[in-house]
Amino acid sequence: MFGGHYLPKTMCSSLGDPPPKGRSRTGAYETLYIYPPTLPPQMFTTSAQLLDLTDKKLMITLRDGRKIIGVLRAWDQVPNLVIQNTTERIFAGGMYCDVPRGILIVRGENVLLLGEIDLDREDDIPLPQRSYAELAPLQEIEKKELKRRDKVHRKKLRALGFEDEGEVLH
Amino acid sequence: MLFFSFFKTLVDHEVTIELKNDLCITGTLKSVDQFLNIKLDEIRVKDEARYPHLAAVKNVFIRGSVVRYVHLPANAVDTALLEDATRREAGNAAGGKGR
Repeated sequence: MFGGHYLPKTMCSSLGDPPPKGRSRTGAYETLYIYPPTLPPQMFTTSAQLLDLTDKKLMITLRDGRKIIGVLRAWDQVPNLVIQNTTERIFAGGMYCDVPRGILIVRGENVLLLGEIDLDREDDIPLPQRSYAELAPLQEIEKKELKRRDKVHRKKLRALGFEDEGEVLH
Repeated sequence: MLFFSFFKTLVDHEVTIELKNDLCITGTLKSVDQFLNIKLDEIRVKDEARYPHLAAVKNVFIRGSVVRYVHLPANAVDTALLEDATRREAGNAAGGKGR
């Protein structure tokens, strides 16, 4: 099981379990994995992971720390994303605000995580909502503070001989 | 592909993913792909007050490139088997060069 090599399609019938009945195998799968007997290999592709998030309301955290809320409409394996009806949610000083951003295409490398929002709980935000005008200056201050702290943090790690992780993530 | 196969054996176990931004998410490992992107179900976030945006989130897809550590349940890992597989894979890689 740990070997995990790709096998040409023709070898699979002799080595692995036959594909479960009722699942059509498309031409897109040129290779198959040796897989634990109960789980079909299609489960372990980026597409399978994102398929059930499609058309759902998601919270997307980007590499620069922005939180985008919107409906996932399209994606690929990288995964670049198309998100519709987006709002950017800004948190600062224990408050939050929503800024409408329309439709976005996000390049895959900027994605930190996608989370499906529980629609029953989405309105239970424990923070007060304010206007963007009120939060913008607070956000600036917090960003600067974060940058400063990050600089100190990295300097200390470098002094201890740790390799730089390369990119600042928030 | 060793770690891809390895993570596949951990499906349905509870793991904690530490991201490069220090965010720690615990949840049930639901799937993993060849980039080691990870999908977790029923998530809990360490230090929730710092991450209010995750309060209403029930499952997450994490991009493999932003993961720093994956904390595993020790009893789900067969280290001897993993060592063997590593040697085999290293052997294959060395042998494969001449082909």
